[in-house]
Amino acid sequence: MASYSTNEFKGGLKIMLDGDPCSIIENEFVKPGKGQAFNRVKIRNLKTGRVIERTFKSGDSVQAADVIEVNLQYLYNDGEFWCFMDTQTYEQYQADVNALGETAKWLKDQDICVVTLWNGSPLSVDPPNFVVLSITETDPGLKGDTSGGGGKPATLETGAVVRIPLFVQTGESIKVDTRTGQYVSRAKED
Amino acid sequence: MPEAPWRPTASLARLRERARLLADIRDFFGQAGVLEVETPVCSVHASTDPALDSLATRYTGPGAPDGRALYLHTSPEFAMKRLLAAGSGPIYQICKVFRDGERGRRHNPEFTLLEWYRPGFDPQRLMDEVAALIRAVTATDLPVERCSYKEIFQRTLGIDPHKAGGDELKSCAAAQGIAGAREAELDAAGWRDLLLTHRIEPDLGREGLTFVYDYPADQASLARVRDGDPALAERFELYLGGVEIANGFHELANAREQRDRFAQEQARRRSGGKAEAPMDRNLLAALEAGLPDCSGVALGVDRLLMWILGVDKIDEVLAFPLDRA
Repeated sequence: MASYSTNEFKGGLKIMLDGDPCSIIENEFVKPGKGQAFNRVKIRNLKTGRVIERTFKSGDSVQAADVIEVNLQYLYNDGEFWCFMDTQTYEQYQADVNALGETAKWLKDQDICVVTLWNGSPLSVDPPNFVVLSITETDPGLKGDTSGGGGKPATLETGAVVRIPLFVQTGESIKVDTRTGQYVSRAKED
Repeated sequence: MPEAPWRPTASLARLRERARLLADIRDFFGQAGVLEVETPVCSVHASTDPALDSLATRYTGPGAPDGRALYLHTSPEFAMKRLLAAGSGPIYQICKVFRDGERGRRHNPEFTLLEWYRPGFDPQRLMDEVAALIRAVTATDLPVERCSYKEIFQRTLGIDPHKAGGDELKSCAAAQGIAGAREAELDAAGWRDLLLTHRIEPDLGREGLTFVYDYPADQASLARVRDGDPALAERFELYLGGVEIANGFHELANAREQRDRFAQEQARRRSGGKAEAPMDRNLLAALEAGLPDCSGVALGVDRLLMWILGVDKIDEVLAFPLDRA
């Protein structure tokens, strides 16, 4: 397995730490004028998402993590796994609930997602930044309210709940920013 | 294609501040009667310090038909001591120095050092002069704090750095929550450096100038070691705003001891997997001839400028750091 020396450390580098794949966020070189040099590194554990700090003696090596990001199309959920496909090679991948996390509530079949693969298996799935989903349930709005200040909750076809303006109704499709979970606009009919 | 990064990383206003600082330093030493000198950047000799790696180049021409290695100095110390031994009296130098492998938020492999030597000064008197210089060039009346190396470890970590062995220092680092401490393999000096850089330094020099003095004998470098229990290195460091700014010594003048230290450093380089460095025989000869009792100090001009301007990246005070050099 490949390894990286501290001189190769930079943001985005994927390394193995305590058996888990991690991504370097920030790398700081620390050295007394007459003394031992260290790399003080901020690292995200790609399995748990937790950010930790770690100090290495400069010149030490760490094992590389076989982690890549690929664009995959979401196909279906069989009740246990979410199935994705590489649209170039038709190769399919199964992601479990740990890899999906919060992403599950935004997924509609055929959406293209960024899937992080570790040793060829999905480690995490990021939904598209914007998704268009239809509203399955929301209270009827008050007549004459067009501003949407305040808003109301709405359940979407995937089960996600977002706040929408009062004038948007059940059956309509809306655009949602998955990074913030916020309503952006009504979706254009096309 | 993206534009080549030709622009300076420091603003022109900051480069004007740099020029002013250099002029103020020269004024200070001019008034103090200290002579400005220049010594070679490239030498056939190099520092043997295991913590320093020299950049190397090659000269081919008259006197060296087959070419010979030349090392870029990591500090002008050896050559300046030869001038002192030759009777120069007090001297200073402002020059670029070079250190391989050092690049980060506060490091650039070439940087500007102010180094000066005062025959007849002990370290405490030289610390007074360092404080006077910094007050003069910053036009401030910064308070000065002096703490021994032992005091700063005791007040922050509750341990005696001179008595604690490697295991105790390692336990302290782990108890302090320094992640990676359990896995790291270091000697006692390395553990002290870890604790110092991670838990002590950030708080030093927050109110003014903090001088730390009397270092462990195994971190003497080129300082005299004073007998006692424990023996202490007559070395000091200056911190400003949590950053190491200067390093000073009561200069080792004993040629035999200097030769022994070179040999020890070469051995540590070998055991650490580094090539030996060609030790400076001219320095040894100068010490044999007699170095006056003196103290000397090296001060990072870029870092002082960072403090004056209130910036935390060295690139903000350099026209062209490594990535644009």
